[in-house]
Amino acid sequence: MNKHVTIEEVGQSFKDGMTVMVGGFLGVGTPEVLVQAILDREIKDLTLIVTDTGFIDKGVGPLIVKRLVKHVIASHIGTNVETGKQMIQEQLSVELVPQGTLAERIRCGGSGLGGVLTSTGIGTIVEANKEKIWVDGVEYLIEKALRADLALLKAKKADKAGNLVYDKSARNFNPVMALAADLVIVQVDEIVEIGEIDPDEVMTPGVLVDQIICIGGAR
Amino acid sequence: MNAKEIIARRVAVEMQDGDVVNLGIGLPTMVANYLPEGINVVLQSENGFVGLSSVGEVPDNNLVNAGGQHCGINPGGAVFDSAMSFCLIRGGHVDVTVLGGLQVDQYGNLANWMVPGKMVPGMGGAMDLVSGAKKVIVAMEHSAKDGSSKILKECTLPLTGKGKVNLLVTELGVFRVIPEGLLLEEIAPGVEVETVAARTEAALIISPNLKVMQNLASQI
Repeated sequence: MNKHVTIEEVGQSFKDGMTVMVGGFLGVGTPEVLVQAILDREIKDLTLIVTDTGFIDKGVGPLIVKRLVKHVIASHIGTNVETGKQMIQEQLSVELVPQGTLAERIRCGGSGLGGVLTSTGIGTIVEANKEKIWVDGVEYLIEKALRADLALLKAKKADKAGNLVYDKSARNFNPVMALAADLVIVQVDEIVEIGEIDPDEVMTPGVLVDQIICIGGAR
Repeated sequence: MNAKEIIARRVAVEMQDGDVVNLGIGLPTMVANYLPEGINVVLQSENGFVGLSSVGEVPDNNLVNAGGQHCGINPGGAVFDSAMSFCLIRGGHVDVTVLGGLQVDQYGNLANWMVPGKMVPGMGGAMDLVSGAKKVIVAMEHSAKDGSSKILKECTLPLTGKGKVNLLVTELGVFRVIPEGLLLEEIAPGVEVETVAARTEAALIISPNLKVMQNLASQI
């Protein structure tokens, strides 16, 4: 099995109106080549699930600047002025989700779970339109699972079976997003033969990964 | 000494050796500079690691803090994904979180993530931190830039957490949230109780054991 593909092959699966999860935290761990592939093909009307909308020129930010996104689900949009501007102009709808809740909703979406109970957001506007439940004397919000059509992720290294190793804080949302999309595409700096990554060092199992593009020296 | 340094110095006294601590962006980050001698804490960064330290000689683009700035990681640190990071945060594995604030009220409510119609950056990890950390400390200047009190009878901005604040430190004093309201426990050197009360909208309870703010005397 070889999941190593070219950027051209990857682009064929992009479609207008898709729901896309993109890994990264303020652009660190964001697969910028895959983001650029969406920009180049002008794939539009996207629903974007990200922890933040990056900066106007970094992370997923350029997707917002180019107005390819109609709906964002994120925990933070403050570093990209364009997100706030389009939101106020009602050209972009934004659902703000506490960062830990976002991680769990994505994990649930990829784990066969309908959602998670969390006390984060109790007594705040995050409660709006959500069911609440008491369990053993503690009040929780019911936060529903999130899934996407496509996940665009970044790792340091993959083998040809798709097993992934991340680099330091570039890991962030990438592993949970690998669980929760119908098609999972990963941009890596290095690709190695099957067997070259110790199974104990794999951070995301290759069974979750569909396609890999390699930016560094491909082998 | 400016207001921010006074606040950071005093908050640092709250840390115990070995605590796992999450410091917010801005003023709270300064707390790490003033830890008392012999107090070593493990700093957690919500983007996915413990062992946060200052940036080394060669910045690494894959190693940033929760504000996106280059940083370092200490020997013995550990990196994980965002789900694990917030398991630590919500699960009570973080001993202390220090956050900035726009408003705090006498019920221990905190507002620090949006000003409707003006500033809607999002809550990031703040709601999880106030929800799950064992001890929630707000470190903020006492008054807003226009001079109005940020310490209110009841917050008017959308809340980050309801009744979650344990301790509030400003440049004027240290306030503990108790069921009866805000207890003024310590006061900045040279400041009168009347001054603190006049600059605070919330009703204050003055501790019978009112002390001078710690970790400042030798510096002023």
